[in-house]
Amino acid sequence: MGEAAHRYDETMPLEYRTQESRLNILGFWIFLGAEVALFATLFATYLVLFQRTGSGPTAGELFEVKDVLIETLLLLTSSFTCGLAIFEMRRGRMSGLIAWLLVTLLLGAGFITFELREFIHYVHEGATMQTSAFLSSFFVLVGTHGAHVSLGIAWMILIIIQLLQRGLTAKTARKVFIVSLYWHFLDVVWIFIFTLVYLLGMVI
Amino acid sequence: MKWSEFFVTGEPLIYAADVAIVLTMIGIVFVLTYFKKWKWLWDEWLTTVDHKKIGVMYIICAVLMLFRGGVDALLMRAQLTAPNMKFLDAQHYNEIFTTHGTIMILFMAMPFIIGLMNIVVPLQIGARDVAFPYLNALSFWLFFFGALLFNISFVIGGSPDAGWTAYFPLAGNEFSHGVGNNYYAVALQISGIGTLMTGINFLVTILKMRAPGMTLMRMPMFTWTILITCVLIIFAFPVLTVALALMTFDRVFGTQFFTMANGGMSMLWANLFWIWGHPEVYIVILPSFGIFSEVVSTFAQKRLFGYKAMVGSIVGIAFLSFIVWVHHFFTMGAGPAVNSAFSITTMAIAIPTGVKVFNWLFTIRKGKIRFTTAMLWSLAFIPNFVIGGVTGVMLAMAAADYQYHNSYFLIAHFHYVLIAGTVFACFAGLHYWYPKMFGHILNERLGKWTFWLFMIGFNVCFFPMYFLGLMGMTRRMYTYSDGLGWTPLNVVATVGAVLMGIGFIVLCYNIYYSARYGERDMTGDPWNGRTLEWATASPPVHYNFPVTPVVEDIDAYWVMKKKYGGFHVKEEDLKPIHMPSNSGRPFWMSVAFFVAGFGLVFKWFALAIAGALFIVLGLILRSFEDDDGYYIPVDEIKRMERAARKGA
Repeated sequence: MGEAAHRYDETMPLEYRTQESRLNILGFWIFLGAEVALFATLFATYLVLFQRTGSGPTAGELFEVKDVLIETLLLLTSSFTCGLAIFEMRRGRMSGLIAWLLVTLLLGAGFITFELREFIHYVHEGATMQTSAFLSSFFVLVGTHGAHVSLGIAWMILIIIQLLQRGLTAKTARKVFIVSLYWHFLDVVWIFIFTLVYLLGMVI
Repeated sequence: MKWSEFFVTGEPLIYAADVAIVLTMIGIVFVLTYFKKWKWLWDEWLTTVDHKKIGVMYIICAVLMLFRGGVDALLMRAQLTAPNMKFLDAQHYNEIFTTHGTIMILFMAMPFIIGLMNIVVPLQIGARDVAFPYLNALSFWLFFFGALLFNISFVIGGSPDAGWTAYFPLAGNEFSHGVGNNYYAVALQISGIGTLMTGINFLVTILKMRAPGMTLMRMPMFTWTILITCVLIIFAFPVLTVALALMTFDRVFGTQFFTMANGGMSMLWANLFWIWGHPEVYIVILPSFGIFSEVVSTFAQKRLFGYKAMVGSIVGIAFLSFIVWVHHFFTMGAGPAVNSAFSITTMAIAIPTGVKVFNWLFTIRKGKIRFTTAMLWSLAFIPNFVIGGVTGVMLAMAAADYQYHNSYFLIAHFHYVLIAGTVFACFAGLHYWYPKMFGHILNERLGKWTFWLFMIGFNVCFFPMYFLGLMGMTRRMYTYSDGLGWTPLNVVATVGAVLMGIGFIVLCYNIYYSARYGERDMTGDPWNGRTLEWATASPPVHYNFPVTPVVEDIDAYWVMKKKYGGFHVKEEDLKPIHMPSNSGRPFWMSVAFFVAGFGLVFKWFALAIAGALFIVLGLILRSFEDDDGYYIPVDEIKRMERAARKGA
């Protein structure tokens, strides 16, 4: 740490102004690198196992196109509104920031609702996590993403509370920025899930 | 569940261990209470975020785990000394080789290396702490409680018994019914999360917090190896996280990833395990190379030969370490094309490693060598490690590997690289940096006794194993019949193991002896060192450097000594120093991880959820925390500097 920790740089955007914030943001980027490795492993596992269906249903027999399309639309839109929140933050507009964060959060919650509906539907058809290697890897991969989104929603609520309590400071701005990085990352992962799980599953 | 299933019963050795554990716990509580040390323990250690204290705690745990793993090893050697021994039964033997391997790699080698890097790296780069001190404390406590969870398995519930690689289907529910392998999955997961956070923490620290003038190509070699090791950790440990999570799902929730029916694929586990596992062996060996580089350069009193080639070869080794994993199971039957590709990448690692060996030799050449204990370990490393490396190239030949696979030849090979590489490095680093940690030097005479006993014992123990392997003895067999001709070499190996054990006892005595009678280091620079850690007092004041040093070249402190006669601090240059506050949260959050993990092991889901809720509570409290640390005023710095430097 040292005096460097509190070197304040006026020329940077609010979230980058203290040395501590710069360290945190870089650390979070590196954490996202580790997350890439984590999801890559889950994708590799899924691709190895997705045709090993045992006595259970195959991907083509199972997937619900309509729910998946709604989920995709909700999550991609939420990434856009999250970007708008950061845009408002850079303009120093607290009300716009919070409003867009709330929209993002609601879209995320909508995504989770439809995903749960989809999962419950599969389970009712007798396709559970224990049925086959394909379904184990499907539920764990998509479920890990869903757990990440749920965590992101809870995290965003905590940050909105802090924004209301403390206003827009170098510290709260950094927190908003980091949660937005996380949110966009989950969007990227979903694009891969949509392609490699759902599209591939319906083609093959 | 019945009590007789909860506690491990039926073995006199286990009952003795139960008694020893209870007595030790009573002893610790009594001593802390009698000497009124509870508050000291909490304020100075359990809540600390100081990288040096965290490093010391890592090393204490590593030495304890070396003892535990060493006892496991001696039990195995006792069982194998003569044919048809009945000292351990097959199940007990399975558990012991599993815990030996897991503990030695993950709870001995890793924390020893991470402990040294905690103490040394911030000092070497002229920083006051790591980038995220709170996270660093959390990393340590997660490691600690992960290790604790793993270690209680042998008295509560039963130890894992499918080998440290935990291959499926053996490690699955079909063949391992007890909770043993649940312990493996959950305990490694908890400590692995800690390791991942350490990797991120030190990568940011090294990239962003170096003293002015210290460009990447002026960094000390140990710091370079840690930088690359962090990259390995960040990309390898998530694979372990996933593999262990899938194992937990299979064992606890009945999924079908690695099972034998419903499409499961047991070799997927082996692949995932080794995609992490091979980089993992470089995670423990690259920092060891860094330690040897520092020690060799200091005690040959020369700048490290071929600095740029050293950096290049570390990067090369790190890259190759990710594309060799299949060599751990050439016999899986992937076919000649796949095996050949992995055979070539494996042999290619010998090239950058060879470059490094020659660079150490050229550093020694024409140096004024001082044969300190640290230097003896480093000099012994070179020939011993080369034996391990050359037999590694033999194993890398896929066709020949069908003969060597899972034999004692392999056992001998990886002990030659891991002991002669990592364990020698840990001992070298311990002796070298001991004065920096504690302010006194480990006794050199006793240190040399440890060195000769352990080094000779190591060769006596493991060299015969190459021949036992070629004679057909396979790993993990708990006994063998008379008349195979293996007995004499097994007796020799056991004698060697006992010598290593004696060497370890001498080391422990040395720690006690030196604390009482050892030479105090008043200068801060007992070895005529070259890098910035020797510019601080021994032990350093908790803010490390009163003013940030300025670096002009490689071997920054050596240059300072030559040009200015040392690192001088003018009192008028002092400014208030900002430091992070202590926190008890990393400790209790890790306790919550332990509780949640214990619940998961026994499928007591209410307990697991209760633990998880406390983890979430800890995260929320951290998010709302508004503590930006504190400043040490200049007068206080002056007072502490004078106190630290008295007698210098």
